[in-house]
Amino acid sequence: MSQTSGQALLSIRDLKKQYDQPGGGELTILDIPALDVGAGEQVVLRGESGSGKTTLLHVISGIVPADSGSIRLEGVELMGFSEAKRDRIRAVKMGYVFQTFNLLPAFTALENVRLGMSFARLSGNSGSGDIERAAELLDRVGLGDRMHYLPSQLSVGQQQRVAVARALVNRPILLLADEPTANVDPSNQDRIIELIATQCRQENVAMLLVTHSDAVASRFDRIEQLSQINRAGK
Amino acid sequence: MNLLSIALRNLRYRKLASSLTALSMALGVALVVLVLTISGVIEKSLERTSNVGYNLIVGAKGSPLQLVFNTVFFLSQPIENVPYSYYMEYLPADGRLKEHARIGGELKEPQRPGLYSFLMQGGFAIPVCMGDYVGEFRCVATTPDYFGLLKHGDLNDREYKFSVGRNFVDYSEENGYFEAVVGSQVAQSMGLKLGDEIFASHGTESGETHGQGFRVVGILEPTGSPNDRGAFVNIEGFYLLEGHVAPDRDEDSGLEKRGTAQAPERSGALSKVRLPIEKREVTAILLKPNGFAAMSMEKQINKTKFAQAVSPIGQIEGLLGVFVRPLRWALLALTSLVVLVSAISILVSIYNSMNDRKKDIAVMRALGASRDHITAIILLESLLIAIAGGLVGWLVGHALGPLSNAWTMPTTGVKIDWLAVQSSWELWIVPGLVLLGTLAGAIPAMVAYRTPVAKNL
Repeated sequence: MSQTSGQALLSIRDLKKQYDQPGGGELTILDIPALDVGAGEQVVLRGESGSGKTTLLHVISGIVPADSGSIRLEGVELMGFSEAKRDRIRAVKMGYVFQTFNLLPAFTALENVRLGMSFARLSGNSGSGDIERAAELLDRVGLGDRMHYLPSQLSVGQQQRVAVARALVNRPILLLADEPTANVDPSNQDRIIELIATQCRQENVAMLLVTHSDAVASRFDRIEQLSQINRAGK
Repeated sequence: MNLLSIALRNLRYRKLASSLTALSMALGVALVVLVLTISGVIEKSLERTSNVGYNLIVGAKGSPLQLVFNTVFFLSQPIENVPYSYYMEYLPADGRLKEHARIGGELKEPQRPGLYSFLMQGGFAIPVCMGDYVGEFRCVATTPDYFGLLKHGDLNDREYKFSVGRNFVDYSEENGYFEAVVGSQVAQSMGLKLGDEIFASHGTESGETHGQGFRVVGILEPTGSPNDRGAFVNIEGFYLLEGHVAPDRDEDSGLEKRGTAQAPERSGALSKVRLPIEKREVTAILLKPNGFAAMSMEKQINKTKFAQAVSPIGQIEGLLGVFVRPLRWALLALTSLVVLVSAISILVSIYNSMNDRKKDIAVMRALGASRDHITAIILLESLLIAIAGGLVGWLVGHALGPLSNAWTMPTTGVKIDWLAVQSSWELWIVPGLVLLGTLAGAIPAMVAYRTPVAKNL
């Protein structure tokens, strides 16, 4: 168990998540007594495949509900929120970088980034400043000259950079990154990690990155071993 | 980006499937519009044309509809004829006297008023003889009153005008009884101009052509009525041609006396001599009584043994009610089915794409899109296909009408205007498309709504 000092941005207590097993019975995936992430803090959660890393991010982001426990974001208890409220919190407060980038193939790089903003607004309309913000972020991740490219016209590394820009465009307070370099060739891994870390620092965004890679984990000051904070399976 | 632009982007990404689906909707809507337009034009044309400036047509007993079709639309064939003296029963006493003096021949009690003249109340009666052709067009023998007294147009308030020339006259020094006026389509089709001579063929288009021609003295301005397809000749000249003389009949049996119907044309007596009254017959008499006498007049005439009176408007209304409107509903039902099938194809197209789009939906959900957002996007896609296809179909449907004018106008005399909304039913197309688009998108939207996010990321 590890904790940040003072008021934590993200505070998890006694979090449990179980899934029904095909043969009957339930399988406990997550059983985390405590995990805190401070504002602007960058935390790496290292764990083996199948250790519940992705599930933890899904639960924190509200994609799937937890069974019990407490998840507080900026002191607000998220447990018990309806799905619609969780969607809203995710849209407004969180950014998400996926292992497989998950850019929408029909949309250009700029549109993919703007998409991150669209759902944050109740009306679904983006303001005039949205395009500038999205363009600025793409410029910062080195894709200023490829804004109007479709994902299929970008390299793997470029696609992940678009995904990083998309995760940050809505000025979230917490970035969740799920194995962001798992599908990137080794030469690009460092650049992606550096990009995420740098951009989060610039935007003062807390980061919770899960990875199975020691090399990736070693680049950050705070490393948590999921096997130590998750009692499930023990 | 708003939900609409996201939906549009999705459609553009699947542009082939989207276009084909929209095309099927366009086809369906075009067919609906075409049916509505054509049936509307037919109905409007029939109603307008039946409002011809006279209330009743009197002719020999037979099919009332045939009498109307032959007299008003120049379709079908004439029924039997009625004697010219019968036509004179619609004239007042002074009218009968004048006609007798002008034409000559045998007429009982020319000084008395016609039997039905009291019902005419100062209205008019115009005799018409039909049965001959000028080229492919019907030859209508009548008096100058046809263009002098009758009017046309939707409100039946427009006088007949001549693009060139004038109305024919009863007799002129230069042409005698043989003057003619032709409709605009006759002139255009046959390349006629003033001074040309037209020759009627007897009975059918391929019948024997009369040796005596009629000089074209006027060409009518287009009226959008069957009169554009008529060749109108002076009835006085018509009577002088071979085959247009009423035979003598046995007073007891009513049978024709053979060899008595020799026309001046055969005897070479085409002169100033008119065919006498007793040798004349008319195919129809166009009546416009003043006041409200038409109804009672129709009943009285129909009580007689050999004549009938029909109201063109009544007959056309009957035709519309029995034939045109039910046919329109049947065609509308069929074409609506095409639209329905198109809506189903939208459903199938979007539904089939859902499997490939589960990941996209999950990503959008992970980016903060709610289930309602996703549902709205799918419904918008369906609506956009339906409305875009429908709009194209509406335009195509209306464009096909005017494009078909080149083929339909010469035969029907009906002109279809560009974008003329002929039916109020078209106002239902847009809400109908919105409803269909929503229904078609409902099932895929439901699938999208239920797409599990975590499983598909």
